[in-house]
Parts: sequence; structure tokens; C-alpha cells
Amino acid sequence: MSITLIGKHEKDSRNCRDGYVNAMLELMEADKSVCHVDCDLYNCINTAKLAKAYPDRTINAGIAEANAMGIAAGLTATGKKAWIHSFGCFSSRRAFDQAFMSAAYAKLGVKVLGSDPGVCAAYNGGTHMPFEDCALYMSVPDAIVIDPVDYVQVYDLTKKLTAVEGRLSYMRMIRKGFTTVYADGSEFEIGKGVTLKESDNDVATIIASGIMVDESLKAYEKLQEEGISVRVIDMFTWKPIDEDLIVKCAKETGAIVTAENHNCTVGLGAAVARVLAEKAPTPVEMVGVHDQFGQVGAQAYLQEVYKLTADEVVANVKKVLARK
Amino acid sequence: MQKAEKMQALREFAAEIRVETLKTIGSLGFGHVGGSMSIVEAMAVLYGDVMKVDPKNPRWEDRDWCVLSKGHAGPCAYATLALKGFYDLELTRTLNKPATNFPSHTDRTKTPGVDLTTGSLGQGMSTATGAALGNKIDGRDNHVFVFVGDGECDEGQVWEAAQFAAHYKLDNLVCFVDSNKRQLDGPVDEIMSHGKGLGAKFDAFGWNVIEVEDGNDVEQVYDAVHAAVEVKGQPTAIILNTVKGKGATFAEPSGAHSSQPTPEQWEEAIAAAEAELAAVKAAK
Repeated sequence: MSITLIGKHEKDSRNCRDGYVNAMLELMEADKSVCHVDCDLYNCINTAKLAKAYPDRTINAGIAEANAMGIAAGLTATGKKAWIHSFGCFSSRRAFDQAFMSAAYAKLGVKVLGSDPGVCAAYNGGTHMPFEDCALYMSVPDAIVIDPVDYVQVYDLTKKLTAVEGRLSYMRMIRKGFTTVYADGSEFEIGKGVTLKESDNDVATIIASGIMVDESLKAYEKLQEEGISVRVIDMFTWKPIDEDLIVKCAKETGAIVTAENHNCTVGLGAAVARVLAEKAPTPVEMVGVHDQFGQVGAQAYLQEVYKLTADEVVANVKKVLARK
Repeated sequence: MQKAEKMQALREFAAEIRVETLKTIGSLGFGHVGGSMSIVEAMAVLYGDVMKVDPKNPRWEDRDWCVLSKGHAGPCAYATLALKGFYDLELTRTLNKPATNFPSHTDRTKTPGVDLTTGSLGQGMSTATGAALGNKIDGRDNHVFVFVGDGECDEGQVWEAAQFAAHYKLDNLVCFVDSNKRQLDGPVDEIMSHGKGLGAKFDAFGWNVIEVEDGNDVEQVYDAVHAAVEVKGQPTAIILNTVKGKGATFAEPSGAHSSQPTPEQWEEAIAAAEAELAAVKAAK
């Protein structure tokens, strides 16, 4: 792992989907076994570029996600490295039995891509707003579950996941550009959290991923202004979660706040709390969706509605500090 | 080999599979007898004649594939693969016992020769279709044979896969529809009927369709499969009109999905199947 943090809260000039597509163009060029299966959504994530460059290995399965998952598993059984994409709600809920049995249980390492995670589904509304996609995949034994934040991270993790064999993986993906957190060339290790801010004076740790990484960096700055020093972790891998890092942060800072664009009662917050309960009991507060359905609206509006904001992270840090 | 001779050999193979399938399930005392017995002749034709396989190298890249999307027919596959030399026949007697490699439903990670994992109905149809596509992309000269049950055809996924296979012109895919007319709760026509018929449905989905009047007749199945593998430009569905529980004295009359007969009934059924095998051999 070698990363360079930018984290200036600037809008990413590149779309996350292009991180996936650009990585795939390189992967498909280098390795004839790499395939992409889509569900009538080429035009949503620019995978038409893959179809143009590699028409035999870019497969449109139409609006039939359950079958598409099976197609990806069957391709994998013949030696292919197959990705399958739909919106996060459908690539999880709609094809879950298939992902579980045809792929994971059969030890076929299908790579599942779910776009528009949580509030990023915005104007598609509650029907399309997965706050449970990662939870479903986290319930699959030995699965890998990833919630990345920007172009650079998606690009690198697309390559890393493609190399994983025999193990189901699920990666969420913001379709458009959100905020730039990492500089080009940053590389990540599946299962290892990234420490973005750290000092000897940290009194709490914020463990975040996806769109909440930038909000957490903003919260860090606000807390700094008040003389409160916190650690910030990008826990982009939810499973297998970086237990060692969680325990280290708990022991060194004594308080934890998690932050996620997902139902925290079954997501990152729950996963972190489980590790702490078992290995280092520590006060935890969770920023995230608390067992609610999604709804329609602009992403910024929805972040306010579901309290997925820097201010909420700040409030929860203060709350957890009061419990120390 | 003359065709008559070949048919005789396949009839013997089928009779052997029937005996060993019964003994496999009988070793535990209960299981999915009905749907295991109805596909015996098709399995005999595939493994006795049509399929390129290498028992010493089950994952041979250029092999033909067999997928039981109706995964509960696993015991029939286990008996067939054992008789074909993939592993010792005695191992099949561990069926569903602790730490076995022969689980109720077929599992590619456990049993040599099992190509895909099935059990949740409809899914094997999609994974078999994906395997056919993968083989086609790589230009392999082989086929994927998939078995779906007529009850299984209630599952929407079967039809998602069917439209996909036709759209991508997967002529290396052959689907056997085991039309044994019964599903768990009773006759297929009463539980969930199939409109103008399963053949008409596959035809409407763009498949080549071959109806086999008696799917428990080796020669009829043989002719259908040999016709199917010659078809270009579309996948073929072979509708096998079969009898659920065929040849199992306790199961055939009722057409039961799963059975737990008494030890005496097992003895009677196995003795009857062995007598049938002897009769087939004697007819040579």
C-alpha cells in the first residue's frame, strides 16, 4: 500500500465509473480471460467503451440480473475473470441467491459491481437506494466487500479484485465524480485500512469509507479548530475488516466513531462494533442510516436527511468523548 | 460399433445406473428417488456415448460439460460418474453422511466430474449457459448439457437464461427438460401448468426443440441428442417425457419427489432393478 492524500474537498474531476472502465480497458488488453457482464446499463457507467474494444468479452445480459449473475459464475467456471454490474440495489438484492450459491458457495470468484451506493442513487429514489447491499454481501462466508471513494481508489481496486480467485467480491461504486481524496498512483491493499490522519494526541478515531471519508476529513478540520485531535481511517474494505487496525486505534485513542453511507446497524458500524466487543471493548458511536428506507432527492439533500455530514461526525465525536 | 450393439450397451449402462442410484440413496434410506430415476437413460446416453470426458482429469478444458440444474438428481450423477470411473463406487455410499463428498445436491467443489454447483432451482440453467458462452468465446469444440425439471421451469430464471442462450446463439448448449409431470406438491399441471407446453415455450424463446416421446427409451434419447449436437445457430431443448421414479418399485407408482421406504421396500426395489439389469443383459 502506498497512498498520497489530497483530501481538499474538491470535486473529483473524473468519474468513479471511468476508474473502473479505464482499469478494465487495461486488464482486458493484458488478459484475455477478463470479462464484463452488464444488465442493460452500459450507458450508465460507460462500459460501452469495453463493448466497443472487446465485443466478445463484454456481454449485455439485458434486464435480467439473476441470470447475469449465473452467466458470470458460468464464465468463471470456464476460467474467465468475470465482473458483473448493475445498480447496487439490483446487483445485491435482485441477484443475491445467485451470488450466494452459483458463485460464492461454488467457490467461483465472481466480481460484483454495484453502482449508486446509498444516497448516491439520489433522483432514482428509495427503490434504487441500497443501504443494505454491503450487509447482504458481508453475510456471505469469505466474501470481500468494498466501499471506495474516488476515481483513483476505484481504478486501483478494480485491478486488485480482478486478481482475486475463488472468492466472491462486491464493490460499490459512485457513478459520477464525488470528491478527490487520493492522488494518482495511490495503491491499496484489500483488507487494510488507510490511516489518513494520525497524531500522538488523538482522543478518538473516525472510521469511515466511501462518501463519508471526505466528510470525516472535514470533521477532522473542524475538530482541530476546537483543539480536539482525532485519527481518521479510510476503512474501504468492510470484509475482511482490518481487525488489527481497529484494535490499535481503540487502544491508542479510546473512542471510535464510524461513518458510512449505508444502514450502520448491519454495516461498517456493526462490523467495527463486533471487533471491539470481542477484542477491545471501547465506546462507539455510529454515523449512518439507522434502519431506514431510502427516498428521492438530491444527494446533498439526502445527506442532510440521513445525517451523513461532517457536522454529524463532529457531534458524534463529542458524544463518544463524553462516554470515555 | 453397429447402432443395435450400441443401443444394447447403453441399455445395460442405464440399467446399471438405475441399480447403483438406488443403492446410493438406499445406503442412507431416504432421498430424492423420483427425479434421480427419471433421467437415467439420458445420463446413460451422455456418459456412455456422447460426452467427451476424462475420468483421470475431470476438469479437462476441452471436455463436454454436464450440469444438473435439478441438483436433487445428484445421486444419479454420482452413480453414473462412478460407473464411468471417476471414483470408486463405494464412495457413493457416503451420500449425505458426515463429511461426505456426495451431498444431496451436486457440488463442483466436492465431487470429481461435477461441473457446476446446483441446488437452488433455476440457477444451473444460467451457470450452464455462462459456461457455454465461456467455451464459445475460447473457441472450444465442446457442448454443455444441462438438465432442468418440468417443475423447475416454474422458476423465472430458467427463462431468463433461455432468452440469453438464444440471443447469443449458443448452439453448444443442449437443455434436457425432464418432463416427469410431477413436482413436490403433485402433478405439474395442477401445481403450475406450462401454458401451451414446455416445447412451445422453448420454441417461442428461439430454441430448436426436439420432443422425445419416451425419455426413458435409450434409442429415442440417443437419436435426439445426436440431432441436437449438429444444430447450428441456436441452442436445443430436448423435451424428455419421462416417468418420475422410473424403475423404483416403491416410487414409480406414486411419482413421489422424495421417498423414505422401509428396508424391505428398498430390498424389493434393488432386487427388481438388478433383475431388470440381468434381463437387459440376457437380451443381448
